[in-house]
Amino acid sequence: MDNIPVTRSPNPDPILRTEHLGRVVNEKILVDDVNFEVRSGEVLAIVGPSGAGKSSLLRLLNRLDEPTSGTVYLEGTDYREIAPRELRRKLGMVNQRPYLFPGTVAQNLQFGPLQRGESLSKDSVEGLLSQVGLKGYGSRNVANLSGGEAQRVSVARTLANSPLILLLDEPTSALDETSKREVEASIQTVVRDQGLTCILVTHDTAQAARLAARALVLESGRVVRNGPINEVLHA
Amino acid sequence: MLKLLFSNQLYLVLAQALVAAIGAVIVVLLARRRGIHLESETLVAMLRGIIQITAVGSILLLLLRAPRWTSVFLLAGMMIAAGATSARRAKNMPGAFRVSAWSIAFGSGSVIAVMTWLGVIDTAITSLVPVGSMLITNAMNTNGLALNRFRADVLAHAGEIETALALGADAKNSVSPYVQAAFESSLIPAIDSLRSLGIVWIPGLMAGMLLSGARPVYAAIYQFVVLAMIFAASGLTSLVSTLLIRDGIFTAAQQLSLQPGR
Repeated sequence: MDNIPVTRSPNPDPILRTEHLGRVVNEKILVDDVNFEVRSGEVLAIVGPSGAGKSSLLRLLNRLDEPTSGTVYLEGTDYREIAPRELRRKLGMVNQRPYLFPGTVAQNLQFGPLQRGESLSKDSVEGLLSQVGLKGYGSRNVANLSGGEAQRVSVARTLANSPLILLLDEPTSALDETSKREVEASIQTVVRDQGLTCILVTHDTAQAARLAARALVLESGRVVRNGPINEVLHA
Repeated sequence: MLKLLFSNQLYLVLAQALVAAIGAVIVVLLARRRGIHLESETLVAMLRGIIQITAVGSILLLLLRAPRWTSVFLLAGMMIAAGATSARRAKNMPGAFRVSAWSIAFGSGSVIAVMTWLGVIDTAITSLVPVGSMLITNAMNTNGLALNRFRADVLAHAGEIETALALGADAKNSVSPYVQAAFESSLIPAIDSLRSLGIVWIPGLMAGMLLSGARPVYAAIYQFVVLAMIFAASGLTSLVSTLLIRDGIFTAAQQLSLQPGR
């Protein structure tokens, strides 16, 4: 795996834009007036210390939580006008823990398409597994996977929904160094091959520099810096 | 021995209560010698117990002489109280009281109504209220178990549920394994009661019928009838409550509102 960030020329129109996005729970401010945009094909890293609101922001983007102020525009449409299930399919999310469902790897990949009455062909399953470096793993029981393999299955399972944007919430923070590099390589392959827009939440600035072209720094729920990765991380 | 000392029934029963209370006092004194202080708690509990049960006895005396239609109000009151008690098992779950009261009312109410209409339960208040209360109590326990298990499972598996939602599952599908587990586990006591009937235990109703001179076979069959009705009432209650509470833990935008630490 090389360490060159993905620097494809992004489409000038933002695929996703937040407008005064905020969330307050029990008088505690989790996300505070966040404004940013992401262009198609771009990889954006959201970095910041623990408790800065990075994961809370990502949950708002996927609408797993409801904003208490502001909104998100997906391809110019206010995301509250999009059916939640359709929105979540378009904004595919990978969590810190893979949370694989009991059964085989292939069954996990079929989960998303089955929710809308579709089914993946064997070739499609193999194609997705190849993208994350797990060719031939379809019939394996998920109980027998390593942490890194499970997380790569989680990435493939999200890709099976053909998302517009991939949201990654600390995808390697629970993994050892070798597994971390394997998952990072899978993400780079996917982003390069598919030109997928990606928002990566990480506390690891080195990882952000390896994967993203642009970064946004959050502190106490607010954006304190936003710009090209090298400028932001070395400011 | 007490019967020799007291010919008046009121004095006799008061003496029996006093003797029984002395047994409790001895336990309190033994605990005190070991440094465990239960004095005030036991005294308050005993006073409350005697006052409450005497009050209930007096009310029952009036109700048993009341017209048959009053049993409807009495059973409805029991269902509401059962709903409130059961809802405590579902801490922080939105609409727990409403779900519990409706589920218990539907589960036990429909079985009581159908069985009374068919003539399985006698319409006399002395029959309808005790048998009805048995169904309501068991429906309450089943409902409490179902809600408690569902709540615990949802809190323990919030990550899996949200992963399913994030992959485009609808709210109902994301919690269906936990709805099923709550339903099945809540019925374990009712199933075990039927399974062990006559082998592990002889229920109070049958014992009471035998003591009052009923034929053993008749008493045994009626006990089975009551347990089968309890199973039906409990099953219907659990089925309705798990379905209603499932919808209550999601927002309109299909977000999981029951979260650990919230």
